[in-house]
Amino acid sequence: MRRFALIAVPYLWLLALFLVPFVIVLKISLSDTALAIPPYVPTLDLSEGWDGLRAFFAELDFENFVFLSEDDLYWKAYLSSLRIALVSTILALIVGYPIAYGMSRAPDEWRPTLLMLVILPFWTSFLIRVYAWKAILAQEGFLNQFLMSVGVIADPLTILNTNTAVYIGIVYTYLPFMVLPLYSALERLDGSLLEAAEDLGCSRFSAFWLVTLPLSRPGIIAGSFLVFIPVVGEYVIPALLGGSDTLMIGKVLWDEFFANRDWPVASAVAIILLAILIIPIVLFLRNEEKQREAEG
Amino acid sequence: MADNTRKPSETEFSPWIDPSAKPLIEFRNVTKKFGDFTAIDNLTLDIFEREFFALLGPSGCGKTTLMRMLAGFERPTEGEITLDGQSIVDVPPNLRPVNMMFQSYALFPHLSVWDNIAFGLKRDKLEKDKISARVNEMLRLTRLEKFARRKPHQISGGQRQRVALARSLAKAPKLLLLDEPLGALDRKLREETQFELMDIQEKTGTTFVIVTHDQEEAMTVASRIAVMDHGKVVQVDTPAQVYEVPNSVYVADFIGDVNLIKGDFARTGPESGKITYSNKEPAISAEVFEDISDGQSVTYAIRPEKIRVTADKPDDRVNAAYGKIIDIGYLGNVSTYHVELAGGQMVKVAMTNSTRVDRRDFTWDDDVWVSWRESAGVVLTK
Repeated sequence: MRRFALIAVPYLWLLALFLVPFVIVLKISLSDTALAIPPYVPTLDLSEGWDGLRAFFAELDFENFVFLSEDDLYWKAYLSSLRIALVSTILALIVGYPIAYGMSRAPDEWRPTLLMLVILPFWTSFLIRVYAWKAILAQEGFLNQFLMSVGVIADPLTILNTNTAVYIGIVYTYLPFMVLPLYSALERLDGSLLEAAEDLGCSRFSAFWLVTLPLSRPGIIAGSFLVFIPVVGEYVIPALLGGSDTLMIGKVLWDEFFANRDWPVASAVAIILLAILIIPIVLFLRNEEKQREAEG
Repeated sequence: MADNTRKPSETEFSPWIDPSAKPLIEFRNVTKKFGDFTAIDNLTLDIFEREFFALLGPSGCGKTTLMRMLAGFERPTEGEITLDGQSIVDVPPNLRPVNMMFQSYALFPHLSVWDNIAFGLKRDKLEKDKISARVNEMLRLTRLEKFARRKPHQISGGQRQRVALARSLAKAPKLLLLDEPLGALDRKLREETQFELMDIQEKTGTTFVIVTHDQEEAMTVASRIAVMDHGKVVQVDTPAQVYEVPNSVYVADFIGDVNLIKGDFARTGPESGKITYSNKEPAISAEVFEDISDGQSVTYAIRPEKIRVTADKPDDRVNAAYGKIIDIGYLGNVSTYHVELAGGQMVKVAMTNSTRVDRRDFTWDDDVWVSWRESAGVVLTK
């Protein structure tokens, strides 16, 4: 009985905070928009009993999903989000791998400090940090002032309100999620494996390529998913740093909800986003499981 | 095993006593410092081809540093190391004809047994069928054919040890380094593996250098042992010589069990002397080949199994002392007696239990005689 109670806690948590909201959103996505509060019909009215329930279900349909497939704005936004997420993930990996590698090779007494430095940005508000980038990347921002004073460029670069700014913001914000799993994979790497590789005829570089890189693969996969999955639905960074041509599904979702007040379509957008993300989430979990098996 | 058809003098493998033999490896005045710490202190050492050479010593004596300098992972601060007459000080590890079997085995966890063994061969850009033939040969040699497709975490510790050995032998190195190769195995498997190692060493004709802190292991496998202490080689000799003729108290004490009796020396003949260690006991007569002056304080080292315990005073042995049994340890094959002599000197005696008698000749608190021959012990001045 006690064991059951213990297992019940996480399940109740999931039920209340994931499954119930999901069912509500799913229901809204099958409804029709209306000038009412809440802004959709039908609403469930249990006072009419069995017939009311049947009428309620009869009014639900897939109209909104059909609409999403007809207007190319939506699938373009999905594709663009996936592309931005993919490019950002690769950029974060390129930036994060050397950082994690350097941390794992640093002297023991330095490592806690370096870890701290990676986590430190989390201590300030995410919103403030993204806002700060506006000041850096703007036409008269710090970056342009610096580059012009050094004499690298004559005219200010237009970075803010472009996709470049979005990539910079995303890589900056999500870098710790990439660095930490990479670091944990690299830190566990037994140094004698590299010596063995060298002993067997590898140069330093090929030892890295043949031993370090394959053995840090679980960290690469974990870090990539931890960046990719949230970035697909990212709203704040493209909204603050992106321009009018930055198309991301998070922004479309926001517009549907708050500009158009079309809750049913917005819910349908959210449901499809979730469906798209389930694939990488499942892959991620499977990777974690395989990793545990290999270590067990 | 030795070939019986050859003459005994030829089966005796001892290039170190042949002045014309050229050593495979020479350490010349090698010093290695880590900051202020001197790991290797002005060391000179020769290792010959086909030798099974053991570096023996307590942890921190520099034996691992010495091996890592051979592998190329450490560079000597001073001095010269040559392999086949060529200096290897500046040759990086991947270009040396030297392979190493790591203490942790350092098997690549993401590669199968087969790929682990093939790893070094692939780096040499050999043809595919040559690699595969060599890997299969190594698998046969180490009896691992059945496990070729497994990953290192799917096999036992003993099998992993053999994979590590096969991998380091695959490139047919001129010199194989073994860093505490049997440390992770349990006692029984370790003993079996020692003989396997010797067998493989003989089959392949490779020069082996083994690092170990286990003196029994060194005695079993090695053709010669270098006993090390604080970055210096104290004695280099065959296992029998190191055991029977240690050159210092340190070596006598480090290898096996020993009684160390401190006393004053007095010469009685060209090859004999007396050690006075107590005014209640007669002085010990010993063979002495070294030049020791009268009155010099020395240590007399005698192994417990060279001493006999008897009830009556024996007539046939020069050295005899009267004492009382304080302790008896029964180890199955031998029994050890701790005998306190009249002057308070404790003496350890080991006697073989050659018969299955159920009564013991001696018991606690018995008064007994301990006796030994003149040639049984050695006189040490260091």
